[in-house]
Amino acid sequence: MNFPILSSLILLPFIGSLFIFFIRATEKNYTAKYVALFITTANLILSLYLWVIFDKNISAFQFIEEKNWLLGIINYKVGIDGISILFVLLTTFITPICIISVNSTIKYRIKDFLIAILLMESLMIGVFCSLDLVIFYLFFEGGLIPMFLIIGIWGGDRRVYSAFKFFLYTLLGSVLMLVAIISIYWITGTTDVEQLYEIGIAENYQNLLWLAFFSSFAVKTPMWPVHTWLPDAHVEAPTAGSVLLAAILLKMAGYGFIRFSIGLFPLASAYFAPLVFVLSIIAIIYTSLVALMQDDMKKLIAYSSVAHMGFVTLGIFTMTQQGIEGSIFQMISHGLISAALFLCVGVLYERKHTRLINNYGGIVSIMPRYSVVFMIFTLGAVGLPGTTGFIGEFLILIGAFKKNFLVAILASIGVILSAAYMLWLYRRVIFGEITNINLKGMLDLKRSESIILYSIAILTLLFGFYPDPLFKTISFSVSNFIENYNQNLAISIVSK
Amino acid sequence: MVYIIVFLPLLGSVLSGFFGRYIGSKSSEIITCLCVSISACLSLLIFYKVIYHDYTNHVIIAKWIESGTLNVNWSIYVDPLSALMLVVVTLISAIVHIYSVGYMSHDPHKPRFMSYLSLFTFAMLMLVTADNFIQLFFGWEGVGVCSYLLIGFWFKKNTANSAAIKAFLVNRVGDFGLALGIFLIFYFFGTVNYIDVFEAIKTIENKDIVFLGLNFNAINTICVLLFIGAMGKSAQIFLHTWLPDAMEGPTPVSALIHAATMVTAGVFLVVRCSPVYEYSPLALTLITIVGMTTALFAASIALVQNDIKKIIAYSTCSQLGYMFFATGVGAYNVAMFHLFTHAFFKALLFLGSGSVIHAMNNEQDINFMGGIKSKLPYTYTYMIIGTLALTGFPLLSGFYSKDAIIEFAFLKGSYVGYFAAFIGVMTAFLTSIYSWRLIFKTFHGKYNNNQINFDKVHESPPTMLLPLIILTIGAIFAGYLFKDLLISESSSIEFWKSSIFYLEPLSNEHPPLWFLLTTPLLVIISIPLSYVLFLKNTNITKYLAETNKPLYTFLKNKWFFDEFYEYILIKPCKSAGHLFWKKIDNLFIDRFGPDGISLLIKKFSQKAVKFQSGYIYQYAFIMLLGFSVFLTILIIK
Repeated sequence: MNFPILSSLILLPFIGSLFIFFIRATEKNYTAKYVALFITTANLILSLYLWVIFDKNISAFQFIEEKNWLLGIINYKVGIDGISILFVLLTTFITPICIISVNSTIKYRIKDFLIAILLMESLMIGVFCSLDLVIFYLFFEGGLIPMFLIIGIWGGDRRVYSAFKFFLYTLLGSVLMLVAIISIYWITGTTDVEQLYEIGIAENYQNLLWLAFFSSFAVKTPMWPVHTWLPDAHVEAPTAGSVLLAAILLKMAGYGFIRFSIGLFPLASAYFAPLVFVLSIIAIIYTSLVALMQDDMKKLIAYSSVAHMGFVTLGIFTMTQQGIEGSIFQMISHGLISAALFLCVGVLYERKHTRLINNYGGIVSIMPRYSVVFMIFTLGAVGLPGTTGFIGEFLILIGAFKKNFLVAILASIGVILSAAYMLWLYRRVIFGEITNINLKGMLDLKRSESIILYSIAILTLLFGFYPDPLFKTISFSVSNFIENYNQNLAISIVSK
Repeated sequence: MVYIIVFLPLLGSVLSGFFGRYIGSKSSEIITCLCVSISACLSLLIFYKVIYHDYTNHVIIAKWIESGTLNVNWSIYVDPLSALMLVVVTLISAIVHIYSVGYMSHDPHKPRFMSYLSLFTFAMLMLVTADNFIQLFFGWEGVGVCSYLLIGFWFKKNTANSAAIKAFLVNRVGDFGLALGIFLIFYFFGTVNYIDVFEAIKTIENKDIVFLGLNFNAINTICVLLFIGAMGKSAQIFLHTWLPDAMEGPTPVSALIHAATMVTAGVFLVVRCSPVYEYSPLALTLITIVGMTTALFAASIALVQNDIKKIIAYSTCSQLGYMFFATGVGAYNVAMFHLFTHAFFKALLFLGSGSVIHAMNNEQDINFMGGIKSKLPYTYTYMIIGTLALTGFPLLSGFYSKDAIIEFAFLKGSYVGYFAAFIGVMTAFLTSIYSWRLIFKTFHGKYNNNQINFDKVHESPPTMLLPLIILTIGAIFAGYLFKDLLISESSSIEFWKSSIFYLEPLSNEHPPLWFLLTTPLLVIISIPLSYVLFLKNTNITKYLAETNKPLYTFLKNKWFFDEFYEYILIKPCKSAGHLFWKKIDNLFIDRFGPDGISLLIKKFSQKAVKFQSGYIYQYAFIMLLGFSVFLTILIIK
């Protein structure tokens, strides 16, 4: 057997967290930070290596590892295809950035915080690699716990309320998914995703099972109307927590929709697609309007995340090559851009301890470099061509247009609204005269802040102008995926 | 060579933007000016080759988006149409770069300014050299962003910031139409490359799309959607509100972006898509109507404005209206010709007014000027020439292009055509009146400013006058020199070739002599007329304004467009956002969702707690009760 690269990716951060657990806590916790940074960077390099050796010209799962566990009832099975590898990369890229940002944002119990982040990374990578429903569920729900702690311990004033709201919402959805997984095992006798793809699930079960999975994913995405936990969670979470939440946690649901909802229940997906369209459209327009009226920066960006994820769900359920590729791209892009925007807010918060937009204004004259990167990410969020944000949205809309004109037109309105709230935010924070005298003497970006923000900015622009590496990675898997979907649909029509 | 033309401005922009702080503002000025000037020279060379050697070029730089059947490349596509645009863009840009060196000399953020200008030039070049609709869209949005950045360049001015956002948003509304048009094109043709789309246009001639139960002809819909995009960018009526506000930006920006290049992108788009538009008489009629309405309406507003730049901005709106109705009557080449000449004299007027504003210490209200011609002799001369060219004074450039538009509208022969020609003549007359009003109120009469000492008013430095001279030459000769090349009867064979498509060849007839003479006569009469109205006997205008109070207020307030939009769009959006957030999210979803559930559980557990009272007799009683209920059920069964 070859080197178990996926398991290493999953286990490395976990081992790192154990290591940190045994390090003596000092005041500055340099050792713990360096260990965490080292581990996550190693993981990033490992995943890049994985990307290099990944065969982009086949659509099947690669690097499969399988271990029996619990008397053969549960299989530990991991593997990746073109769809999941990008999410693994996103995770391994964002985590070191969180670790670096810890430096300036977390003031107490740093060691515990690092452990939580590393555990998160393990679990997230697990989610994107798992090819067995049971371990998928374990990773998926396991991710809740560190996030719950991050919000509950290091959060703001209303952290307990937010943490519980977050937990309640997400758990409620997941319980149904667990029931669905158990029933799948009953119906088919296996929870292995590859086998399930092959044998399929009988049509009469599909709708119920789809709804059960949907309830879990919809909460995590989050879709309207189960989105209200997200703004609260973001507002209370510390910067690194917000970054993880926006960049990766939300993507688990989008990934789940593709891999499981459509992959396992193609007929039900086709049946319920109009429902998803309606909810996505509501999310896009409704939350954009809400975002327009926010006076808290983090809340604004949180609501904009809901709108952007609305595009993702819309694209996925168009079941077209452009729609799904656009959605994947949009998730990666949103992972980068929203992470960066939260980091940008964190930069200001750390200096002045307020997130209210009205307390700022005229920042550009004292923090020019900050203003430049913030502008790049603002334009990315607006979906300007040349940034990653454009390609995702554009492809999704093209895909949606093939399915339904009205849906595409309504979704396009969201593009106008996103420009409105983002530019208005930027103007109120960055431009104008300095009215608040407290702001004078604010320092521009520190070195660690520049490193992380610049690196994300470079990626945003690079993949905005030259997204080909990403498209090459996903195109085979996606086209194969859509073929399967269409075959399934055709078979069911014939049998009727 | 084409690579150099397109990417040199980008290089200049990057150097001056990111390294401006290290290399100093002097060197970033030199670098950006040099880059753009070189690319202007090369563009002229290409233009020459296009004219005499039938040069065309199609370079694919790299792959951009490849998803399923959608293939988009970064490309540079040079044909006669884009070659002409290359010249206009790089030439005016180079001139404006040089002018800015003088105009912005007191500004501490000069490297940033130069960087934006160059970046704009790059985006505009990407727009005109695109070989597909998505790269066009890239340039389209790119110039929008640069315009946003430049309008809001003086970031401390609140009005400038609002104007910048407004410009971007109104343009986004237009882009929304453009994007939908592109989606439809991809939907029907499965490709977004110009060549493939234009070739396949006949295959969808009779296809319909069904939307909300209604049938729409596919080509008509595509054309109208693309035109909505063009309306946004070219500030046509309904989507024009951003352009006058955009005058908050520095004057060189107004000259480059909001007069000569970016705002003409809409015209360029329609001309570029002539193979599609030719199959859609409906869209062409719509364009004619919108174009002539804008021409007249903007001119009517310009009559009563007092801000020197806003007058010219409305004038730009109005001239763009001319270009559109030229395309609407099928005279694409004439539209491009007017675009070409307009770039010179409008940039000249803007830069001239910039010179006035510079001299007057940033005063822009023409009521507070007057009699400064002796202090600004050069600027005065150039402005006069610009005005003559704009109004279409015989033998200057505007004369050839604008009169040609009116003639073609007349020759069209349809009712819309006659009507457009009539409106065109009317507008030409109004144009002349407001332009001379500007000149007389600014340069003649008594000096009216108490704030600034008359002696302090000074002529601009050579870096600002030199660009004016070049533009003046253009304003005088561009029309005469290029009329044969661009709009003569053989022009479509000799110059335009396949870049403009005509379903039916343009009419070769000539309109009757009386019609040919009307416009020049009106234009000439208007000079003494406005001299009397605005200089000799100002009581007449006062009397007119007072007797027609409602009309005057209507014009003064720009037909109340801003107020209208505020009322029907912005306010409802804000209140809807507020409603969704406070009422639905907080009061409904949260209350019945998570908060409700946790409250319910809490209440329930409070009740449940009471069961565990600790008294044995209560437990025993419950047990007894349960047991008896159980027994009863068993017995009944």
